[in-house]
Amino acid sequence: MSAAAEAVSVAPTLALSDVTRSFGPVQILFDINFDLRPGEVHALIGENGAGKSTMMKMLSGYLQPSTGHVMLDGQPVSFASSEAAEDAGVILIHQEFNLAEQLSVEQNIFLGRELKKGFLLDHAEMRAQTVALLGQLETHVDPGARVSEISVSDKQMVEIAKALSRNARVLIMDEPTAVLTTREAEVLFRQIERLRAAGAAILFTSHKLDEVARIADRITVLRDGHQVISTPAGEMNEDDMARHMVGRDLTNLFPQVPHEKGAEPVLAVENFSVGKVVHDVSFDLRPGEILGFAGLVGSGRTELMEGLMGLREARGTIRVRGAETVIGSVKRAAELGIAYLTEDRKGRGLIVGQQMRPNLTLTSLARFTNWLINRKAEEEALDRAIEEFDIRAPTREVLVGNLSGGNQQKLLLAKVMLGEPDIIIIDEPTRGIDIGTKQQIYEFIAELAKTGKSVIVISSEMAEIIGLSDRVVVMRTGGVSGVLEGEDINEDTIVRYAMGLEGGDENS
Amino acid sequence: MSDANAHKKTPAYMDLHVVGPVVALVVLMIVGYFMNENFLSYANVTNVLARSAFIGIIAVGMTFVITSGGLDLSVGSMAAFIAGLMIMIMNALLPSMGAGWGVILVGMAAALALGLTAGLVNGLLITKVRIEAFIVTLGTMGIFRSLVTWMADGGTLSLNFEVREIYRPVYYDGILGVAWPIIVFAIVAIIGEIVMRHTSFGRHCAAIGSNEQVARYSAVHVDRVRTITYVLLGLLVGVATIMYVPRLGSASSSTGVLWELEAIAAVIIGGTMLKGGFGRVWGTVVGVLILSLIGNLLNLTDLVSPYLNGAIQGVIIILAVVLQREKKASS
Repeated sequence: MSAAAEAVSVAPTLALSDVTRSFGPVQILFDINFDLRPGEVHALIGENGAGKSTMMKMLSGYLQPSTGHVMLDGQPVSFASSEAAEDAGVILIHQEFNLAEQLSVEQNIFLGRELKKGFLLDHAEMRAQTVALLGQLETHVDPGARVSEISVSDKQMVEIAKALSRNARVLIMDEPTAVLTTREAEVLFRQIERLRAAGAAILFTSHKLDEVARIADRITVLRDGHQVISTPAGEMNEDDMARHMVGRDLTNLFPQVPHEKGAEPVLAVENFSVGKVVHDVSFDLRPGEILGFAGLVGSGRTELMEGLMGLREARGTIRVRGAETVIGSVKRAAELGIAYLTEDRKGRGLIVGQQMRPNLTLTSLARFTNWLINRKAEEEALDRAIEEFDIRAPTREVLVGNLSGGNQQKLLLAKVMLGEPDIIIIDEPTRGIDIGTKQQIYEFIAELAKTGKSVIVISSEMAEIIGLSDRVVVMRTGGVSGVLEGEDINEDTIVRYAMGLEGGDENS
Repeated sequence: MSDANAHKKTPAYMDLHVVGPVVALVVLMIVGYFMNENFLSYANVTNVLARSAFIGIIAVGMTFVITSGGLDLSVGSMAAFIAGLMIMIMNALLPSMGAGWGVILVGMAAALALGLTAGLVNGLLITKVRIEAFIVTLGTMGIFRSLVTWMADGGTLSLNFEVREIYRPVYYDGILGVAWPIIVFAIVAIIGEIVMRHTSFGRHCAAIGSNEQVARYSAVHVDRVRTITYVLLGLLVGVATIMYVPRLGSASSSTGVLWELEAIAAVIIGGTMLKGGFGRVWGTVVGVLILSLIGNLLNLTDLVSPYLNGAIQGVIIILAVVLQREKKASS
């Protein structure tokens, strides 16, 4: 954080001066004074809905302030569009990827600014630059691979490579690490440090406060559209950040709810293989148990669960409540009382273009149907879901895509719980969700276990796995490398198993 | 994240996009009335409705296919093929069964079975063999058209005269002055509207059209629902053919030409999204009425040549899609 001291004296590259922003009658941002200086990483943190996205959109030309000014090099500017901002060297890396899925990595990086030799594309030069950029990012993805075929974390790296290729003066990163593993995030931080040393001004947002402490030179906290505090990073620890964000103390993020575990496994999986990704996995799950699944991204956890649910080609033995069974489809799984919450909320979990009611009842529509759908019963179910899961929506008719990530996740939980499952598999329960909502979701998971239901939690957040789980299955390269209990559930041990330093690697 | 712009959302019933097609229909009727008083006369209206019933019945089925993200280009050729085969079957059975309702009922059953089978073939090729709907139905469109031309040996297949006389009332008669095709169209449309809005099947179609992955992860049998939409459409093509054959009593290679485009156009004008995810049957009915009333109006008045009918319909289709897009941008 040595850069912070000298950076203070430097004039800001990009700033918001006395900015407010309203949507219709609703004011989202109040009197914001925020600046980004060359050679500095400025972290912007706040709960979902605090106004971070709106701020970033104004800085990068997607939105205009209602009052106040965006200042570039000390002069008020009005970016007519995001393209105008990009021409001025201000680049926003979206949380949701802006990549053309059917184009290759290389084509995406140079999309709209293709290098040419005369009238023809200069493939060799673009390939060379792509290889160099990906090399800097320590990403081993084939430049010719289609984006639809690469992993989520590689997509993030491609998105970052795209920004780097534009020689950004100001880089605005909207939760870049949400989909990265700790190791990948570390690579990204080294790149951020390199850019900072080269004089770029960087805005960084993340819900992972340890990362903020790790990388930021200055921190600004937003709460309900108000700038609560802006301070050099050294003056705020992670507890302070959380307190400022939420406006209250968060003493116990993980609820300590004692729950009884049954002896007979409710779900037993033996020698289960999914496609070419997961092989010979065995584990069991007891009533009232929270079973964590840890491992690196790509270790096959999601694929294993999707195989169990009949969403992927799989073979092996599954026993549900002692009886051997073949699942084969999500519908059959639902009949057996097994439900799966996907990690891909918007792509696989919810229909973002529809309202909450049809989304809520989609999986369990049969319960509301007697020849015709009972609209009234659906509305009542929505009432209960809003109440029980504390879903905060501006109106009942709001399109689900317009809900915040946390509220989408709560709706998805409500949708899955509507089927009254006994076995709930939750993939990345709190990805991209603010800390207040996280706590609610943790409480909810603990409550499920207390009532005798069995929960599997897949998470890449170590704290989550450790804080929630009774036992932890660690996966590595498609196999189980260890099952940890009690004292063994700690970060060091989990990492050692996940990295293959300990435990059987079923590949060998 | 901070998406307070959701606050601006107006209730759906206030939306111009929802009432747009109805307004267009009303304006068209008023304009038509002032141009020619006969336009809204009982005789003219029933004539227009009876002629548009075939397209209308097919368009109701097409609404489900398009709502679930599919497309069917084969319906016009399919109608011609079914009509041709139905006529051949009835003519072939005539010596053994004699001219009477028995032969006609067998013909009708054959038409429904053929439609169902043709729809099933389309549906299975799309869902099981995983070929794009556009390609599959482009292929079957050519196949059906070619088959009916071959069956008619390049000419016309005519229904036996005696049978035709018995069958005729199915198109020309009705109850209480309402022709059978209109009654059947109305029943199909009403059932279609209920199925679309109030059953799981309709909900599942919209879910699949919006996001197939979400539907799959939500325990919806995506392939089954998709296939059913094509089977349903095939069945309705069969129904339309049953109403069509008694009108002329013949089928040829020019039967049902461009029906698929008129049906798709009616669906789109009615406000169903071409890319799927949202559909409404009543809108399709309005779309069918708009298209056929325009054609009729051009025939009744000498303001614009009836030869320009296609051009005007084309403009309306494009306009309808432009209006759809504006709705999307503003919400």
